[in-house]
Amino acid sequence: MRLTLRVWRQSGPEAPGHLAEYEVDGLSADMSFLELLDVLNERLALGGEEPVAFDHDCREGICGACGMVVNGRAHGPEPTTACQLHLRSFADGEVVDVEPWRAAAFPVVKDLVVDRSALDRVIGAGGYVTAPTGSAPEAHATPVPAADAERAFADAACIGCGACVAACPNGSAALFTAAKVNHLNTLPQGAPEADRRVLSMVSAMDAEGFGGCTSAGECARACPAGIPLPTIAAMNRAYLRATRRP
Amino acid sequence: MAVTGAVMLAYLVAHMLGNLKIFFGPEEFNGYAHWLRTIGAPVLHHGWFLWLLRAGLLTAVVLHGVAAYQLTRRARAARPVRYAHRRARTDYATRTMRWGGVILALFVVWHLLDLTTGTVNPHGRPGQSYQNVVATFGTWYGNAVYGVAMLALGLHVRHGLLAAARSLGLAGARAERALRATGTGLALALTAGFLVVPVAVMTKVVS
Repeated sequence: MRLTLRVWRQSGPEAPGHLAEYEVDGLSADMSFLELLDVLNERLALGGEEPVAFDHDCREGICGACGMVVNGRAHGPEPTTACQLHLRSFADGEVVDVEPWRAAAFPVVKDLVVDRSALDRVIGAGGYVTAPTGSAPEAHATPVPAADAERAFADAACIGCGACVAACPNGSAALFTAAKVNHLNTLPQGAPEADRRVLSMVSAMDAEGFGGCTSAGECARACPAGIPLPTIAAMNRAYLRATRRP
Repeated sequence: MAVTGAVMLAYLVAHMLGNLKIFFGPEEFNGYAHWLRTIGAPVLHHGWFLWLLRAGLLTAVVLHGVAAYQLTRRARAARPVRYAHRRARTDYATRTMRWGGVILALFVVWHLLDLTTGTVNPHGRPGQSYQNVVATFGTWYGNAVYGVAMLALGLHVRHGLLAAARSLGLAGARAERALRATGTGLALALTAGFLVVPVAVMTKVVS
């Protein structure tokens, strides 16, 4: 199959960028979207041109390294990561726009690569448990209700790719922060620091220049890990509770 | 946003129910309008309750607007470079919150000049609320302005109620569906409840 790509090219953080058009043919519908970029880059390199820079690592949808906005959707039309998106999701001959995550907190490094350190700093503000835990404890030592375990698991599925921010009309990181707050706050290991965690992670999120949540719900629709939207409400509940307590 | 929105929503429900008294005739409706001024008597002086209510509502409207402005400014700053590939994001009610809110604010100004002060009302006599309402909805522009505003209100409430519940942390995974249904139900009830008055005037049920 053949696709016309319009890819965001930007040589550096301060350089002006533009959408460059590339015709790529001889593609298989079974290729992943990143393999499409590999094919394009191979041809660009052979022609003496600079290949398109993009982030990628595991290519099996679990690391959160890859991420690009394909036809206006974070990670493209399928509810998965860009590496797990396949060309069968596109029509032969389709024009496909490929852009980096757009957010003030995610400055473009080059082409489709953005700096997502802002998310790491939100984690650094409290997305961990400070108690030294030693080696893995006996599994039944601390009982956890099944419903809590399920909720913590659902939130812990976040791979930190930043698609929620890219998809949000307000550029908000509320879904990411909520997932990271709640998966610890829900469990007994994280509970003692629950108040401090939510207050400090939310203030770190605001300090990074992310927008505010207006409940548009685009984040949860774009999330490749299926983080549910109500997790934001749970974070808000924890936040309000924490501000009321001394 | 959530708290001020909830204050205004509670007022709107009472306002809509009160409006329905128009179907009991001019004496009953004008009597109801007069009674509103006597609430709280003899502790409160004539009309004080209404002025306290107006002060509370004005505070809610201003704070709601300021919060919306701040959220919009933050959103613009958080995405300085927009996507080249544009597509409609989210549903219609969510997308129209900002401009819908502006439309509602402008409507409130007109509505007060029309039926509170009577400045732009074709009849415009104090104490004759029933006749004033009939006069407004006897004009094509009165019906048009009111109709557009009530549709905007329905859309605003449909997204707003659920969003407010989420902001206040009330919308858990289980409550989400019930809150969504409540938001849609309340939006429909308010829009229908408010629109039934101009429709009744147009069809001469109220005249």
